[in-house]
Amino acid sequence: MYHEMVLVRRLEERAATLYQEGKIGGFLHLYIGQEAVGTGVIAVRQPQDRVITAYRDHGVALSCGISARAVMAELLGKATGTSKGKGGSMHLADVKRNFWGGHAIVGAHLPLAAGMALADKYRGSDAVTICFFGDGATNIGYFHESLNLSMIWHLPVLWVCENNLYGMGTSVERASAVSQIRQKAEGYGMPNERGEGMDVLQVRQAAERSLAAVRSDGPFLLELVTYRFRGHSMGDPERYRTSDEVQKWQENDPIGIFRRHLSAGPQIKADELDAEEARVADEVEDAVRFAESSPAPAPEELFQDIYAEPEPPRLGSVSTDRQGQGQA
Amino acid sequence: MPILTMREAISQALWEEMERDERVIILGEEVGVWGGTYAVTKGFYDHFGPERVLDTPIAEGVIVGAANGAAMAGLHPVAELMTINFAFLAMDQIVNHSAKLRSMFGGQFNMPVVIRAVGGGGRQLGATHSQTPDAIFAHFPGLKVVAPGTPQDAKGLLKTAIRSEDPVLFIEHATLYQAKGEVAEGEVLEPIGVAKIQRPGRDVTIVTYSKMLQVSLQAAEQLARQGIEAEIVDLRSLRPLDMQPALDSFRRTNRAVIVEEGWRSFGVGAEVSARLYEEAFDYADAPIQRVAQKEVPLPYNRELEQAALPQVDDILAAVQRVL
Repeated sequence: MYHEMVLVRRLEERAATLYQEGKIGGFLHLYIGQEAVGTGVIAVRQPQDRVITAYRDHGVALSCGISARAVMAELLGKATGTSKGKGGSMHLADVKRNFWGGHAIVGAHLPLAAGMALADKYRGSDAVTICFFGDGATNIGYFHESLNLSMIWHLPVLWVCENNLYGMGTSVERASAVSQIRQKAEGYGMPNERGEGMDVLQVRQAAERSLAAVRSDGPFLLELVTYRFRGHSMGDPERYRTSDEVQKWQENDPIGIFRRHLSAGPQIKADELDAEEARVADEVEDAVRFAESSPAPAPEELFQDIYAEPEPPRLGSVSTDRQGQGQA
Repeated sequence: MPILTMREAISQALWEEMERDERVIILGEEVGVWGGTYAVTKGFYDHFGPERVLDTPIAEGVIVGAANGAAMAGLHPVAELMTINFAFLAMDQIVNHSAKLRSMFGGQFNMPVVIRAVGGGGRQLGATHSQTPDAIFAHFPGLKVVAPGTPQDAKGLLKTAIRSEDPVLFIEHATLYQAKGEVAEGEVLEPIGVAKIQRPGRDVTIVTYSKMLQVSLQAAEQLARQGIEAEIVDLRSLRPLDMQPALDSFRRTNRAVIVEEGWRSFGVGAEVSARLYEEAFDYADAPIQRVAQKEVPLPYNRELEQAALPQVDDILAAVQRVL
């Protein structure tokens, strides 16, 4: 887990510089400060458990086992990226690792999670769908429709609210009628827990408990209180919070907390952790080299993967629609 | 060939596909115990059980969203929207998710979801329950938009849609459920994205679909009595839009009228006539005419509502203008 958390941190720090250099386009939402949440929760998932999250997805993607290379390549829009360069930062996914994205419309992936859990339940699988979302997503209708549906249909979903205290620049207190997101689960009679989101060991324990609860009793909402050290995205002037507040939270750096835990134990020495950090640094540089030297998507990729099925053939003539779409 | 109503044809398609493939489930408002608000799924709940015929809360976002998620996970869900007007509440799921998840993630997964939606005016349901917004949905690449006008096509196209690995918005016209027509026996499959000549003719090309196919056929009968033979091209799907039969017909008749129930502005007629001009400008012997709904929210009052909807007389007048 230490490797993973440091990897998320270093990869994103590198991504931030690449963004400033203009090599990464679009939006870039950094997970820095929240690493303990994704790492701790995904540490306890079983291979059959699906994971889905919102647009702040680099950390969750890496925790699901996607390589730093594939993540970085997607950020650079390359053909070797997780989504062949068509998704970008907000749309990482790897179905082989049971990671179902990376979704950029706030709240919209919660119904998707419900539907995937419905499919698993229908097939008699014991898989749980772990759905991460931010505090901001709990004010939109999707959240309420999905929590309600998961309860009435008894769907195996672990709803994980990453409460980082701000939906973009609006604080939870200003945006939500209740400041504890777990209270919203009460309205649906859903078991819930609010816990510490900066200490990865506490996160892991809470996730273990709640995942077991989902497998035995159905949906559960786990709220984890965390903090993003960087802006909402790269273009955030951060007028809504003071640097004192950010600094205070940074003293609770999840990587620092975990490192202190590990160093306090008898088995792990500080130089081993340093060696781990050095390995991460190499991994990130390798990912950047890989991404930069990877090919861009071929021009003909533009028309690929829009549909699974080709249009029906019409012998002896070409329809204007097919010309317009340029489909092969 | 047996004569079926549109309702029977659609119901048969669903039933047969559910019998054929366990991955097919139905979810929507009142699809189960009630038997469907248009009685399309009557008897399904008892036969297939509550695991496969799922009554949902009145919450369109999660109806289509859960169908999308189940499709990502490999089921072939059929989500029913009681009316297409409620699809606006699920617009984000349809246009941002059904239509885009496949390409946005580099083709990693398919979206084999069917969204059945009941559209159209003419039942005095007022402005918010009577719309024909088909063209809006046809705007989005990644989605397939199908709107049959005959029981044969309804059955064959719906079965194809359910088997498809792509997302299909399947639009059923509220006033066509009682419409009757011949449906072939045995397995009925119609390809999505292939337009069809529903009536041959040499004098004028009428391009239409869904309910307006029936209205156009009535108009063609009257024209025939005057010695005018209209050729009727049924688009059957708006995306993919197969222009070939319309183009071929227009090159023969040199005259075209496009008939749609939705509003004229930015509509199906605009798209089809633009493509006819782009591909076959030199063949036009008269400006292409469009017949469409008057540009007003549909009123409740029966006479006013009918005055706003395209009628046989509107088609006859448009044909006179191109002859």
